[in-house]
Amino acid sequence: MFGRFTDPNDQTAQPFYALMHEPIVLYTCIVVVVLAVVVLAAITLLGWWKPLWKNWITTVDHKRIGLMYIILAIVMLVRGFADAIMMKGHQALALGDASAGFLPPDHFDQVFTAHGVIMIFFMATPLLFGLLNYILPLQLGARDVAFPFANNLGFWITFAGAILINISLGIGNFARVGWLAYAPLSDGISSPDTGMDYYLWSLQLSGIATTMGAVNFIATIIKCRAPGMAMFKMPIFAWCALVSNVIILIIYPPLTVAFALLSCDRFLGFNFFTNDGGANPMLYVNYVWIFGHPEVYVLVLPAFGIISEIVPTFSSKRLFGYTSMVWAVLVIMILSMLVWGHHFFTMGGGEQVNTFFGIATMIIAIPTGVKVFNWLFTMYKGRIRFEPPMLWAMGMMFTFVGGGLTGVLLSIVPADFQLHNTEFLVAHFHHTIIGGVVFSYLGGLAFWFPKVFGVKPNRALGIASFWFWFFGFYFAFFPIYIVGLMGETRRMQHYLEPSLQPYFIVAFFGAVLILLGILCFVIQVILAIWYLIKNKCTLPVNENDPWGDARSLEWSISSPPPVYNFAELPQVEDEDAYWDMKRRGVPRKTSGFSKIHLPSNTNAGFIGGILLLIVGFSLVWHIWWLAAIAFVGFIFTILCHSLLGNHHGYYISAEEVQKTEDQFTAVLNAKGVKA
Amino acid sequence: MKKIKYITGLAAVLASALLLSGCEWDLLNPAGYVAHQERTLMYICVAVMLCVVIPVMIAIIVFAIKFRATNTQSEYLPDWGNSHRVEMIMWGIPICIIIVLASLTGYYTFKLEPSRVLSATVAGDQKPLQIDAVAMDWKWLFIYPEYGVATINEIYAPVNRQVFLQISSESSINAFWVPRLGTVLYAMPQMNAKLHLIADVEGVFKGMSANYSGDGFNEMRFMWHSVPQDKFNNWILQVKNAGKPLGRAEYLDLARHPKVGDVAAKKKDAQVRYFSNVEKDLYYRIVNRCVADGRICNERLMARDAASSLWGQLCSVFDADYKFDNTTSQDGA
Amino acid sequence: MSVVSQIKTARMEDDHYDGSTMVLGFWIYILTDLILFATLFANFAVFSSAYNGGPHGTTIVDGEPLFNLNYVLVETFLLLISSITYGLAMVQANKNNLSGVRAWMAITFILGLCFIIMEVNEFHHLVGVLHDPAVNPAGITSAFFSAFFVLVGTHGLHVTVGLIWMALMFFHLSRAGLDSHNKTRLNCLSLFWHFLDIVWVGVFTAVYLLGVL
Repeated sequence: MFGRFTDPNDQTAQPFYALMHEPIVLYTCIVVVVLAVVVLAAITLLGWWKPLWKNWITTVDHKRIGLMYIILAIVMLVRGFADAIMMKGHQALALGDASAGFLPPDHFDQVFTAHGVIMIFFMATPLLFGLLNYILPLQLGARDVAFPFANNLGFWITFAGAILINISLGIGNFARVGWLAYAPLSDGISSPDTGMDYYLWSLQLSGIATTMGAVNFIATIIKCRAPGMAMFKMPIFAWCALVSNVIILIIYPPLTVAFALLSCDRFLGFNFFTNDGGANPMLYVNYVWIFGHPEVYVLVLPAFGIISEIVPTFSSKRLFGYTSMVWAVLVIMILSMLVWGHHFFTMGGGEQVNTFFGIATMIIAIPTGVKVFNWLFTMYKGRIRFEPPMLWAMGMMFTFVGGGLTGVLLSIVPADFQLHNTEFLVAHFHHTIIGGVVFSYLGGLAFWFPKVFGVKPNRALGIASFWFWFFGFYFAFFPIYIVGLMGETRRMQHYLEPSLQPYFIVAFFGAVLILLGILCFVIQVILAIWYLIKNKCTLPVNENDPWGDARSLEWSISSPPPVYNFAELPQVEDEDAYWDMKRRGVPRKTSGFSKIHLPSNTNAGFIGGILLLIVGFSLVWHIWWLAAIAFVGFIFTILCHSLLGNHHGYYISAEEVQKTEDQFTAVLNAKGVKA
Repeated sequence: MKKIKYITGLAAVLASALLLSGCEWDLLNPAGYVAHQERTLMYICVAVMLCVVIPVMIAIIVFAIKFRATNTQSEYLPDWGNSHRVEMIMWGIPICIIIVLASLTGYYTFKLEPSRVLSATVAGDQKPLQIDAVAMDWKWLFIYPEYGVATINEIYAPVNRQVFLQISSESSINAFWVPRLGTVLYAMPQMNAKLHLIADVEGVFKGMSANYSGDGFNEMRFMWHSVPQDKFNNWILQVKNAGKPLGRAEYLDLARHPKVGDVAAKKKDAQVRYFSNVEKDLYYRIVNRCVADGRICNERLMARDAASSLWGQLCSVFDADYKFDNTTSQDGA
Repeated sequence: MSVVSQIKTARMEDDHYDGSTMVLGFWIYILTDLILFATLFANFAVFSSAYNGGPHGTTIVDGEPLFNLNYVLVETFLLLISSITYGLAMVQANKNNLSGVRAWMAITFILGLCFIIMEVNEFHHLVGVLHDPAVNPAGITSAFFSAFFVLVGTHGLHVTVGLIWMALMFFHLSRAGLDSHNKTRLNCLSLFWHFLDIVWVGVFTAVYLLGVL
């Protein structure tokens, strides 16, 4: 009746084993539950349920959905980083046998799996989607994304996936298979417990939502640009977003197929990736890397886009080589789908296959290098201001080229024969992900923070956060390169050579520095939320261009933007649309507005998300009746939304628009600036 | 100032202590031809790429200082966003570097392909020593087919003699790796991977599984003892004397693995053990999943399937006309 | 030199609903579905001869090959004709003839439902065969049949979703007739239905035709 919770024949499920035997798990769960209760109580006592429901849970406004994605990403960053610092702490102590350190093997294995899964799927991707959601329509001069309902639904499905993976901490266990869950380790025989099922269902949910988001963003970029904004006049961030979402479109189906086939193996006794029945686990490896390699480009290309926005703004100079940047990004998009084999040079594919993938991988370094040179030449003969976003950008450029070096080294097949799956590899991908993706996204958050909140983030904390992250990264991962060169493979729960320990201790010190960097960042976020609460969620409107010398359209409207974004859609003539408008002296329109049509809120997204969460949970625990009911409920919710939902939207009257714009005009006049 | 000097000095000492223990950096301290070649390649490629990376890193710092906003002396070109000359150099330099690296990659990938026999100039013309390695949960089984012996987690091999490893696995994807000798190679169930290595010096080299395969994966460490021929012969005798028999039933026993969380049992399971009287076609059966009674060997199954349909003839790697060797017993039709 | 593009934010525009954004979005979704099926086809090709000593397309069971081409031919015609009837429904929609749309869509629905019923019946038969130790001595689902069920089954699931959507459309049409929103919905369903038909031609060729040679 309650599936694996009560099935006497199932010895592997053990729902409460971790809570009973692992103090770390128990204390974490207690803290999380207490925090949740406190938050829910606070919301109830302050009477915030109604505004929360009306303004956030059911919203289809891309700005609010973007903020919710970012908050989800930050919460999952804390969880993912907790896993990371546990690993580093454990490894610093893990000299000896399996009982060394404080994480026994089966726990350590869950920690590194969860760390990878959370960081890629529930931290980086939601953070990316949050930034895209908030900024992309503003940069394109649009009022919202193309499909606002799908935007809302996609967020709540991602939320469901994140909750499912967090439930796995306390109830049952998580997978012990590495972040891509190679078969046959992940099949029903080698991983019979609930961990793999949590993995599969939370990632399928995340995958559906991500695909929906990609369809949404591509349609937005193609159809919703401001009049006059031809493709080659779009901001570079929008180009990078387009390419990144096209890649998502192409790679998430193979991942969905891989996980679906693995689920069939586990649930229906099929034989795709087992060791029996003619199965072939190498096919699974191919599928996940056809997804996995372009996935990192999905994350890094918008990062490049962000740097391409920050550097011109803070160098007060136009981006060097816009056209070659666009072509470079398109070339990277195509090449990134041709290189997946470099993740398994050592699987015995043969000389021809390995050479092809090795050379194809190296070729990607060419357009990537071109981009770095473009940024350098943007800085050249500019007037550089060292605000925190610019620090992040320079830190990214400095660090990412090193990560690229080790990447090209790994693409040289015989070198990879020695370095494959070692700690050197671990250091390489953290080098590119932290140096490339994380630095850029944090820089982007710092850059667009004043647009979202109307005030700049605390400068001292921003600078401190950057330097902690920067030095923390180098201390944390350069020893790991060395450990790899010393001949240690990855995912080792303990080691026997004393000479390794000093390196792991230094690495732990680096992780502590990064922790301080994250703390500074989290304090900035808390201060922002406090500012939001103090102003009862109606933030005072402030000037549009706080950094000065901004170039793209999002800086032409107030900070924070009005709900309709643009009172009148701007007419675009050139790239760097806003900079161009300023130079031509195009005045800001202050009267003669017409009413604006906006989409209505929806509750189907939230309800659908919760129902899919129940479906996922029931499938993990084999409670078939509950899964069926919840799934039928989900279909029913979508049908209800289709038939009964408000598809006609609502209007903001011309008077209201006038009033909002007048408020902004007053602010500008008080500050003596022009829009 | 004194404090800064003190801290810098301490850091320098620590750094040199860390870096100078370089004699333990296995990848940079090869003990065999393959590892040696791979190290040379790594050095060349890093050197080539540093020619670009270091100037870029320096340029970032120099440009930041030279063109900072407070430096009104430097030229300011707000609209300079295009230059064909700069673009050509920008695309040209990476292209040249990649051409160099790609040529090296192509040549060395063919030369160092693991399944290729090492040439006579490198390895001499002695017949290679064959070791069949099976990755199990969670230990390595090394079978010496010429001698009919096997060990758990221990390899002895004569120095300066090529070793031909056939690598497979019982249940999960693992990887065979001896860092000082070179080349990780995946050990996969149903697959037979071929690796050629040679040790140039005597010594004891650590080996491990380089692909995570479960919570006992850390125990899969073994030692490769590179010894002179006579010591090797003695060791073979030792194994023959001390070893228990290894037939199909004993193998199935070995393949059973300790439960999740039972750390002590995994450690015990991975201790060095010796076997003699290894059944003759045991490795063939392991690869073809027919160790247990009543199972048909994969090769026979797949060849039969390949012969039975057009899809099979088009897509199967098996030759439908393959003649089976009747000396190896195979169950079923 | 600037290209002024006629770009509208559909659904946001006052009074005039431009469905072109929705249709573009749906094309993009079809692309992902296409890649999904492409992956499943590649999957099938890899396992196309992994019978594990068990039955496959030409295995004779009860005097008939397992893949009965006549049966599949009927299924194929059902689907192909349903595509034609849906096209006729779209012609009626362009003529603003609501009853015409309803009639042709009802015929499409019935043809699609028959297809699904036939396919479920075939799966039922195959599952029974796979449980028969005389035909399938290994007693497990071979990789070939795993790939078969997933490829053909995923197509069948998509057709089922299409049928549910078609049923929904009847409700939409009775509420608002052939307004611009409904015409856009019909357009998207049309894309979906024809897409599934094309995929079926691929399935029929790769799985059944090639499978009995």
